[in-house]
Amino acid sequence: MLALVIFLPLAVACALPAVPGRAVAWTWIGAAVLDLALVAAMWVGHGTGGGVSFETNVRWIPSVRAGYHVGVDGLSLPLLALTAVLFAACAVYSLRRTHRVRAFAILFLFLETVCLGLFAALDLLLFFVFFDLSIVGMYFVILLWGHGDRSRSALKFFLYTFLGSLVLLLGFIGLYLGADPNTFDMVELTRTPPLHGGLGGLTLLAIGIGLGIKTPVVPFHTWLPPAHTDAPAAGSAILAGVMLKMGTYGFVRIAMPMLPDAWRRYALVMLIVGLVSVLYGALVALAQDNVKRLVAYTSVNHMGYILLALGAAGYASGDAGARRLAVTGAVTQMVSHGLVTGALFLLCGVLDDRAGTYDLGRFGGIAHNAPVLAWLIGIAAFASLGLPGLSGFIAEFQIFAGTIGTGTAATAVTGALAVLGILITAALFLRVLHRAVLGPPGELTARVSEVRRPELAALVPLLALSLLIGVVPRVLLDTIEPLSAAVVALVGR
Amino acid sequence: MMLPGWPGGLAVDGLSAVLLATLAVVLVAVLVHAAGEKFGARFYVLMLVFAAAMAVTVTAADLVLLLMGWEVMGAMSYALIGYLWPDAERVRSADVAFLTTRAADLGLYMAAGFAVAGAHSLRLDDLAAAEAPWRDLVAAGVVVSALGKSAQLPFSFWLSRAMAGPSPVSALLHSATMVAAGAYLLLRLHPLLAATGWADTLVSWVGALTALVLGAVALAQRDLKQLLAASTCAQIGFMVLAAGLGSVAGGTAHLVAHAAVKSLLFLCAGVWLSVLGTQRLGELRGAARRHRPVGAAFGAGALALAGVPPLSLWATKDEVLADAGGGLLAVGLAASVLSAAYAAKALLAVFRPAEGGAFRVPLLESVPLAVLALGAVVLGIPALAGAWGRVLGVPEKSDVRVAALSGVLAVVTVAAVAGVRRVPEPAWAVNWLWSERVALAVAVRPVFALARALARFDDQVVDGAVRGIVRGGRWAAGLTGRRVELRVDGLVDAVGRSARWLAALARRPQTGQVHMYYAQAAVVLAVLVLVALLAG
Repeated sequence: MLALVIFLPLAVACALPAVPGRAVAWTWIGAAVLDLALVAAMWVGHGTGGGVSFETNVRWIPSVRAGYHVGVDGLSLPLLALTAVLFAACAVYSLRRTHRVRAFAILFLFLETVCLGLFAALDLLLFFVFFDLSIVGMYFVILLWGHGDRSRSALKFFLYTFLGSLVLLLGFIGLYLGADPNTFDMVELTRTPPLHGGLGGLTLLAIGIGLGIKTPVVPFHTWLPPAHTDAPAAGSAILAGVMLKMGTYGFVRIAMPMLPDAWRRYALVMLIVGLVSVLYGALVALAQDNVKRLVAYTSVNHMGYILLALGAAGYASGDAGARRLAVTGAVTQMVSHGLVTGALFLLCGVLDDRAGTYDLGRFGGIAHNAPVLAWLIGIAAFASLGLPGLSGFIAEFQIFAGTIGTGTAATAVTGALAVLGILITAALFLRVLHRAVLGPPGELTARVSEVRRPELAALVPLLALSLLIGVVPRVLLDTIEPLSAAVVALVGR
Repeated sequence: MMLPGWPGGLAVDGLSAVLLATLAVVLVAVLVHAAGEKFGARFYVLMLVFAAAMAVTVTAADLVLLLMGWEVMGAMSYALIGYLWPDAERVRSADVAFLTTRAADLGLYMAAGFAVAGAHSLRLDDLAAAEAPWRDLVAAGVVVSALGKSAQLPFSFWLSRAMAGPSPVSALLHSATMVAAGAYLLLRLHPLLAATGWADTLVSWVGALTALVLGAVALAQRDLKQLLAASTCAQIGFMVLAAGLGSVAGGTAHLVAHAAVKSLLFLCAGVWLSVLGTQRLGELRGAARRHRPVGAAFGAGALALAGVPPLSLWATKDEVLADAGGGLLAVGLAASVLSAAYAAKALLAVFRPAEGGAFRVPLLESVPLAVLALGAVVLGIPALAGAWGRVLGVPEKSDVRVAALSGVLAVVTVAAVAGVRRVPEPAWAVNWLWSERVALAVAVRPVFALARALARFDDQVVDGAVRGIVRGGRWAAGLTGRRVELRVDGLVDAVGRSARWLAALARRPQTGQVHMYYAQAAVVLAVLVLVALLAG
């Protein structure tokens, strides 16, 4: 079942060259929706219990004891579902694309397999292979279908994140060598954390930098704005919605349970890096006039909350209930950010499609010609600034309550300061609404026509899911909760 | 229960029930009235979502649900203030209102965290039992949020901005319900305030001073809606004072009576705005005489606002002041003199004789006015009869001397304002203490400057460092290309050259001439002989 979920897109991609031209887009949509249905069925099968289900462990490279070991639990299921939803939304959004559709669809189907595989991987080497393949895939998406200074942005993205993956590999090798017997298997590494003392710290440093570049956290974030600005809308949505999660997922899946010692020792570093990302990302976003760059910087801000919460979870002396709340909030934030920022990037794509620019100052009053588009931008903006009733609030409330509630001086102070982030985010999104959506018409407003049907069909499910999580959060939280309890217990060892 | 493992939910007790009933009545009155004007579907969607959020706020038993309702109210307030969105200035007002209230809301987010740390619970009932340092922090967060939502000092200026919204919006959100939510929260959490030992005193003084200072601001206004907005801040100040004093019955009574009075006054202002096209007091001269029923309703509301006995706000305000003593009582009485003065100012402005014919108001618009006017007149009776204490299950107290004194003061003040005909209008009061300008200078501009500076820093230093490393890499590549590569390559070249030279050397004897080969053979032979001799 899990193998089918992971490799169905790749299989369709291989078959796609044989599909007649007009059916390519629909085949792509069909494959993405079918995969989404399979993930949903898997979620139902897993239920809200703890532990790993749908596990497969096949010998792969026995010489280094690396296997094709995959499975799903309360952490991977929400992210697998998010991946399937976003890829399906991108497929629908790209229905009207005319420029090299077939290659675009093949590349996206390949990327979908890579992303699904990463979130299901239970072997470090397998994780690493998917991690690197995602970089390669996205490089070509930016290079071939991007705009602006795309080759430069694509190269910067590739080199920066590839460098990050190499540092990550160093960390993985550290874990491999530290384990007795040597292994890349995540389950075994989690059961008996391999490294203690200084070596553990160095390994955490390598893994932290590797994942931190991908996440990204300040100061390793400068590849993100140009990559987003020059990527096609669907590429940005996947890059922000799914691929940034690989970093934060790695923290929860690898760094915390396998290096609990080091994580506890350096929890303050995580708190501070998280806090700086939150405030710095929000403030820099506030100063942007390019709306896509602005959304890119809000990603830095949103990812900062996750690291902050995970740092708080490392304070073993703190209240366990609060730390569980923080981890649940962090995972919820991954899902919420994927949905909302994915929608925001698709909306940026609509603006670019109509007017050919992202410059806030040249729009204004687009609610007049395009009321539905204006509503969608408004809802997505309020979701991103954490309005209750939408998913961002559920995530951020838990992060703040959990981080501050951990009850040590460091977590209370950093948590309370991080709350300022939601005020700055509110200011910057109101600024976007004020300048682009409301007010008198601007220079390019006449060109912004209403959302078309494929765009609407891609955007509405994303925002509807955000609303669902915002109003009935238990559908998501009950799945995550056992996992958070497990992670908190593992870190506390 | 929104979050697994954190009990809570919605629950209705006496206080919630009173608030829900007030919300329902004002909502119906405002929506019926608004049906007379032509609003689109967006208006009703936003108003109904607001009402749902307010209902959640007043019934929430834990901080998650409370904050959810609380913030959605703020967002709906934003959308309704900016209802006429093509006007950039109205959108700006909506921005100011939302950001100011959200800045205060941060207090509730932090309070939730402190509650988890100190009480291991998010339930409102458990907050007062939190451990020592955390309890004070929870109280501080709650107080800041409540003061922000209720437009108390120093946050009052946003309510002035909120007047950019349509009048029915002001009647529901920015007078009767949403802004009263802060006072509601403080009334509900009075045990927490009392437990800290400082928060109740602080809240009492902020409430009393807001009642006094914003009373003066109201008195100086020349615009009817601005006058009513400032008076809303001042009247909610009495409720906040009640919350600080623990006069839950008095505060609730004042909240309910004020909701009827103020929504009535705003709806009347809206009628005149849509018929006469103005809300400036100078231009509204005689407006009340041109349509008697609306004029009478406004008159009843304004007299109630003035605290003239036996109308509603006289009775409820005195129930609040009955619990105050010393300085607070003096400030409270001064504030009630000011409320009599500004109410009289508005009343006289619209009742002054002036020419202009009668106008028609649709029945749909005037029926709600009659209902609210009735409320404004009679809602003091439950307070006089001690009914609030029974509904809420709290002790209730009244003081005949205070009531008589404030009643006399109100009547004398109204008469005095009618006599002098001109009231002082100092610039600080007209401009709402310049508090928006102060907020701009102290908070908004520095943050924007910091944001721009950080954006430059991000481009030039953080990304510059990355570019520097790339340049460094390229320079190193160039260096190895030119220098090291030259040497290494030179070495290889040298080997090649010497090989070629050796080859050329070796080729030289290969001349193809037989005598040369003989000579070479002879030389080699000689060498071999020599070697054999030496070795042998």
